[in-house]
Amino acid sequence: MNWFLGHLAQVGGLLITHAILAVIPLVIGLVLAIPLGWLAHRFGWLRTPLVAGTGLLYTIPSLALFILMPLVLGTGILDPLNVVIALSVYTVALLVRTVVDGLGSVPDDVAQAATAMGLGGVRRFFTVELPLAVPVIAAGLRVAAVSNVSIVSVAALLGIAQLGSLFTDGFARDFLDPIVVGIVACMVLALVLDVGILIGSRLLTPWQRTRGAA
Amino acid sequence: MSFLWEWLVNPAHWQGSDGIWVRLAEHLGYAAITLVLAAAIGIPLGLWIGHTGKGRLVVVNLANGVRSVPTLGLLFVAVLVLGPVLGGDIAFLAPAIFVLVVLAVPPILAGAYAGIESVDPSARDAARGMGMNSWQVLWRVEVPCALPLIFSGLRSAALQVIATATLAASVSLGGLGRFLIDGQAYRDYGQMAGGAVLVAALAMAVDLVFAVVQRIAVSPGLAPVRTSRRSTRTRPVPNPA
Repeated sequence: MNWFLGHLAQVGGLLITHAILAVIPLVIGLVLAIPLGWLAHRFGWLRTPLVAGTGLLYTIPSLALFILMPLVLGTGILDPLNVVIALSVYTVALLVRTVVDGLGSVPDDVAQAATAMGLGGVRRFFTVELPLAVPVIAAGLRVAAVSNVSIVSVAALLGIAQLGSLFTDGFARDFLDPIVVGIVACMVLALVLDVGILIGSRLLTPWQRTRGAA
Repeated sequence: MSFLWEWLVNPAHWQGSDGIWVRLAEHLGYAAITLVLAAAIGIPLGLWIGHTGKGRLVVVNLANGVRSVPTLGLLFVAVLVLGPVLGGDIAFLAPAIFVLVVLAVPPILAGAYAGIESVDPSARDAARGMGMNSWQVLWRVEVPCALPLIFSGLRSAALQVIATATLAASVSLGGLGRFLIDGQAYRDYGQMAGGAVLVAALAMAVDLVFAVVQRIAVSPGLAPVRTSRRSTRTRPVPNPA
């Protein structure tokens, strides 16, 4: 506890970097997964190659992916961009499947009613299908957010500063305090992101609340 | 790219006590010990929870809670706390295996529990109607029907263990992670990238083996269930480390 109070500024700085490294890939992943998921949902034959292909990327262990990123991107090994892109890859891999499931959960009669009301493909997607898929997509996003927070810390082994640096520093000095502070900070960050997405999802789907109350 | 290729095809890198074959065997050894221990804990517990319906909430919260614990931090704490107590040769190995087991149990447990939970209630009723007792219902109906989800739990646990075993090199253990960590220390990017390619290939190979075993072990009558919407949603979500 004393160590934590004495290093508030340092922990705070690392926490902010950690949050940025975890959240940016979440946004990039979501933005990419929605059109890919739509393609897989709309064109059945694309479903297996897209879901299986992105699933294959998900099997690559994070430390290996961080190290291989410079080969693809031409960046230096210490560039935080490696972490951001690698985590975006994981997020897309996880969310494509979720978006397909989410769009699949929209009842057929609802989609047909929207078409009958004269909504074109694009408008129907953004005003009817996507909003109805929000609860399922949000569930996938929560999983991605929580695992991103944990994976970012692995990048400390390569010398990229964030909360994981507290683990490597503590381990090198045989000193538990920074490690424990780092673990708690990671878990708090994961919890905040998890609850944030849950609240966002509730706000985007007000009909779910009224249905629950009725 | 050429230095990566040169590192991989150099026969000197494959032989000897710190060669690729030995590191690969160590990596698979850690993963195998962990999976056996985690399955011995997770499968019976998951079957029991699925069969009796007790402790459901505990499982869901446990699986989510463990996912939010940063793997690397947990590994370091385990080695610093347990290492001095154990001493000797297992001072690093035992804490690392312990952490790997802690991470592997939740997906296996969730798979076994979700598998039993997803069994069609009419199949269960029919089995009772045929006069089976609780034990027979579990082994002859529920477990065979739950196999697809039990396997996907094992499969995501295996992937997670292969990934996390890579980190074991940072607490001076062996495994393929050695090339990643040592390459970093010697500023030898060829070795780091070569090791990373081997780890990625190993993960994909293990995933493929599980997919094949799953296809052989699961009753063909259950095959369509795997692609249905209901089963994909109850599928335990994997988590790379």
